[in-house]
Amino acid sequence: MSTVMTDRSATITTIDKPQTRYKMRTENINIYYGKTHAVQDLTLAFPEKSVTALIGPSGCGKTTYLRCLNRMHDMTPDAKVEGRVLLDGADLYDKRIDPIYHRRKVGMVFQKPNPFPTMSIYDNVVAGVKLNGVRNKDILDEIVEDCLNMAYLWEEVKDILKKPAMELSGGQQQRLCIARALAIQPEVLLMDEPASALDPIATQKIEETIEELKKDYCIIIVTHNMQQAVRCSDYTGFMYLGKLVEHGKTKQVFERPVDKLTAKYVQGQFG
Amino acid sequence: MAKQWFKRDEKEKKSLLSDKIFKFAAAAAGAYVLAVILIIVLQLGIESMPIWEEEGIGFITGTDWNPVPGRESFGAFPYILGTLITSAIALAIGFPLSIGIAMLVMIIPKKIGQPLGYLVELIEAVPSVVFGLWGLFVFRIYFRDLVEKPLHDMFGDSIFLFGGTPFGLDIMTASIILAIMIIPTISSISREVMMAVPQQQREAAYMLGSTTFEMFRMAIFPYSKTGLLGASMLGLGRAVGETMAVTMLIGNTTGLRAIPQSLFDSSQTMPSIIANEFIEASPVSLHPAALVGIGLILLAVGLSINVAAHFLVARMVKVNEGPIH
Repeated sequence: MSTVMTDRSATITTIDKPQTRYKMRTENINIYYGKTHAVQDLTLAFPEKSVTALIGPSGCGKTTYLRCLNRMHDMTPDAKVEGRVLLDGADLYDKRIDPIYHRRKVGMVFQKPNPFPTMSIYDNVVAGVKLNGVRNKDILDEIVEDCLNMAYLWEEVKDILKKPAMELSGGQQQRLCIARALAIQPEVLLMDEPASALDPIATQKIEETIEELKKDYCIIIVTHNMQQAVRCSDYTGFMYLGKLVEHGKTKQVFERPVDKLTAKYVQGQFG
Repeated sequence: MAKQWFKRDEKEKKSLLSDKIFKFAAAAAGAYVLAVILIIVLQLGIESMPIWEEEGIGFITGTDWNPVPGRESFGAFPYILGTLITSAIALAIGFPLSIGIAMLVMIIPKKIGQPLGYLVELIEAVPSVVFGLWGLFVFRIYFRDLVEKPLHDMFGDSIFLFGGTPFGLDIMTASIILAIMIIPTISSISREVMMAVPQQQREAAYMLGSTTFEMFRMAIFPYSKTGLLGASMLGLGRAVGETMAVTMLIGNTTGLRAIPQSLFDSSQTMPSIIANEFIEASPVSLHPAALVGIGLILLAVGLSINVAAHFLVARMVKVNEGPIH
């Protein structure tokens, strides 16, 4: 595996122009579930205002890795995370850092849409903002309109904002969850297979949303769908059995992969 | 033709018969429950008929209680009131504590949380007469000296709730013991209900940067409020019917004096007056009929709590409707 290691470190330093600013980077991340070593020694950096896609077969550790960027493993009883996750240079796993404060800077959209079922569409969007103490109705109204617009949902729901979120379709619910994540003004947006439960039209809308959001955010998206990775990402990381096999510009990873395993995977020979 | 693993017709006949047997057994079990309730209600009605004939609706609203032959007069109002007050206070104390315990068990590591949960449930195994004994000989003394007396001295004149002379055998001590007794029921059910909230809901709240309590407020309470209400109703049902511990602690006054003027007054509940007097009630008097009549009212109160809980829950489920992911 040593060749892979050198390949990867080489790509990180060479794929970008020297002035590229990294929003977030991870150093030697190891994640264990009990005795299972789910993510092994993963070092990766995410440039700002870009989309990075993480691809790989089921069980390769993509979601596990993504969740560590938001300290979501804190809630999993037997999960253990080692290594450093740096957001603008500050280590999130530093004991002095409060995970609550940190989560407010990193938004997350989950695989299954999970709006709060008892809340209205409106209340779902502002749920996180209210945690930050915003109560002014005019400001809340503005946030709701802005975030729903960013998530491409405003036109569809602007007249039914007070209706329960559960009355929306699956795709609409997922875009509502994106709006909810955007409302806390995160600096990084993590998306865990955001379109896996959706039909092609809803998927397309979500991809349009990602395209639009990339102008301001650093987005990291886990996906099973390789076309999706090609369509909406700037960088791609290919993971296999808990390790990062290859990382580079999406075009390069899909058209001229360095690693044989990557080549096989992106050509659909296994998965 | 492919290989045949079984004969379709035989299987069909067999399953039809077993299905019939199953349906009959289920219907019989359901009918049995209904029959038992009906028989109890009927029996209570027949046995208490003399008192209804004598007192009419006044048996529910009346406050007299005099079993002396020749001057017999019975009114159940003070005991209905006593039951409602003690149960309400017990619920008001027990419900927040139970939810707190359930939340604690959920957020601390499993290794400590699980034993703690079992420990709380063990309270349920303590016989109510043991609670009564402990309350009577231990808890009452300390509670009277350390809580009731200071409260009475400070606020006795200004707040009517603390007006009565503290003696320890009163509404307050009985209610606190009741609260302790209903905590295991409420906390174990509410823990189950809150555990059932999907992980994605909790993560949604954490993702937004909520603290643990905000996560409960945002994701868990709204999702599980129906179940929490059900848990509290079950606790209330237990408090209403609880007999032994209350009888030992409430002071057992009768008639007008059983209507408490403060938290530190003695009173009487429906179960406690039945337990106190059934043994001395003369079979030729109206006294047994009056006690059975109270039993009937107690049953009605218990049933209406259950029915009310049912309707509340049904309404909340309607509000929550929709596919839940």
